[in-house]
Amino acid sequence: MVVSRGTRLSLRTLALAYLFVLVAVPLGLILYRTFEHGLGAFWDQVTTPASISAIRLSLAIIAIVVPLNVVFGLVTALALARGRFPGRGALQAVVDLPFAVSPVVVGVSLVLLWGVRGWFGGLADAGIQIVFSLPGMVLATIFVTLPFVVREVEPVLHEVGDDQEEAAATLGARRWQTFRRITLPSIRWGLAYGVVLTIARALGEFGAVLVVSGNVPGESQTLTLLVHARYIDDHNVFGAYAASTVLMLMALAALLLMTILNRKREAA
Amino acid sequence: MISVQGVSKQFGDYVALDDVSLEIRDGSLTALLGPSGSGKSTLLRIIGGLEQPDRGRVAIHGRDATDLPPQRREIGFVFQHYAAFKHMTVRDNVAFGLTIRRRPKDEVAARVDELLRIVGLGGYAKRYPSQLSGGQRQRMALARALAVEPSVLLLDEPFGALDAKVRAELREWLRRLHEDVHVTTLLVTHDQEEAMSIADDIAVMDDARIEQVGSPRELYDHPSSAFVMGFLGEVSQLAGRLVRPHDIAIAAEAVDGAHEAMVSRVIHLGFEVRVELMLSGGEAVTAQVTRTEADELELSAGDIVWLRSAGTSALRAAEARG
Repeated sequence: MVVSRGTRLSLRTLALAYLFVLVAVPLGLILYRTFEHGLGAFWDQVTTPASISAIRLSLAIIAIVVPLNVVFGLVTALALARGRFPGRGALQAVVDLPFAVSPVVVGVSLVLLWGVRGWFGGLADAGIQIVFSLPGMVLATIFVTLPFVVREVEPVLHEVGDDQEEAAATLGARRWQTFRRITLPSIRWGLAYGVVLTIARALGEFGAVLVVSGNVPGESQTLTLLVHARYIDDHNVFGAYAASTVLMLMALAALLLMTILNRKREAA
Repeated sequence: MISVQGVSKQFGDYVALDDVSLEIRDGSLTALLGPSGSGKSTLLRIIGGLEQPDRGRVAIHGRDATDLPPQRREIGFVFQHYAAFKHMTVRDNVAFGLTIRRRPKDEVAARVDELLRIVGLGGYAKRYPSQLSGGQRQRMALARALAVEPSVLLLDEPFGALDAKVRAELREWLRRLHEDVHVTTLLVTHDQEEAMSIADDIAVMDDARIEQVGSPRELYDHPSSAFVMGFLGEVSQLAGRLVRPHDIAIAAEAVDGAHEAMVSRVIHLGFEVRVELMLSGGEAVTAQVTRTEADELELSAGDIVWLRSAGTSALRAAEARG
């Protein structure tokens, strides 16, 4: 397409202005508000017991969700890419379901299932607390992040093909050896990208976690929930800004990682 | 010896192999030759354990291998698109089978060095497959397959993805390698010239069956069907018989049993001359003569000549179609 210099410049300006107004200004404003009273005030807000507990809880959820999603995601991606079995189409659809369902609905359905009056409500009587506790939040986060690893790994598996796996088998490698030495290295960047997306999504999840968390500060409040609670319930606007900044920094780290991995993946 | 007994294989409704039996001599280089879709690759993959037959048995060196996974068949398999391990160096690729078998490190290193020298990749050990040409990749794949000292080497269109010049070189090279190593080798190809130039035996396949097995010469001279005859070389039809164009003798005078024809065109192709003729019944025939013969006959368009079949590989057309 041939575009005149003038058009090109104005299109560029428009795109930049759009990003600036919609993304950079709001985020920059939060950063400005966070640090306008200096680092000390920021530090006080992010080291309160509620804040530390929220950071820990968010990290704990990620630490549990990521390995589970990696294992499930790899198995599912392998089944979808390599397997021929009845119900394969249905599995494809189910994997995408979390993209389609609103997170709040996910939360409500988890309460229905695991709550005191739910199908597995008996567990609560037995002293195993699922809803309004860490297991519930983990379940909700798994639900919303389920597709990422599968959707990043499956196309890579298709692209790589099964030639190398077959070659390894003819050379004497057993299934596990083939997976570890051939399959895993060839999908590693796709897998890493899926993990980073999972982390970013898990950090930011609000609706589903809100419903099943109980939202008790210092106990069952993730960092995202803390931002919301400080802003809406406590009218601690500055505290909300500070917590937002921590959240943004964590997401930014994930984003940076994602960019680096994406480059490696394209180079590979 | 590789022995295939009554093997059938279907993919859905598609019949890939229909009751195929084949014996491959120890130490031979045998080509499975056929058009695409004839089932030759499927047969090779079944021998290699990469596909399971629906019916029938496969035995390798007297041992029933039908239910053995590829890992335990002691085979080397070479793929059309190399199947190079992209994240490993050439050295690690070739060493793979030995590393899996936990052979001592110095033994592996020595063996890999030797193989890389044999396949002419001595200086490439530290490169990655992406830094090699197609021909080099395929030689690496061959070294990798040979490293585990397989009792059988299976090659699936190994030169199919290479350009004509490299293909001819590698073909010669594989022939020489086979003379040195003498491992029983089965090669799938759709290229009759490749099969004729490299193989001790050829099994011609068509439409999920084996049409004929024999030496290149036997198949060329005594094809059992019009398909085999046509697949291995050019065919003309002379008065109800299928004949090789070079087996049509042209005479300037009437001879007993010869058919009268008119020359419609003379095409000089260097040493050989292709003569297009029209029989008195109106059928077109192509004959191939040497330049000397053409000069002696002083052939030119419009001449009347007499044709007869002079070769041994004629087939009665009606019978061949049977």
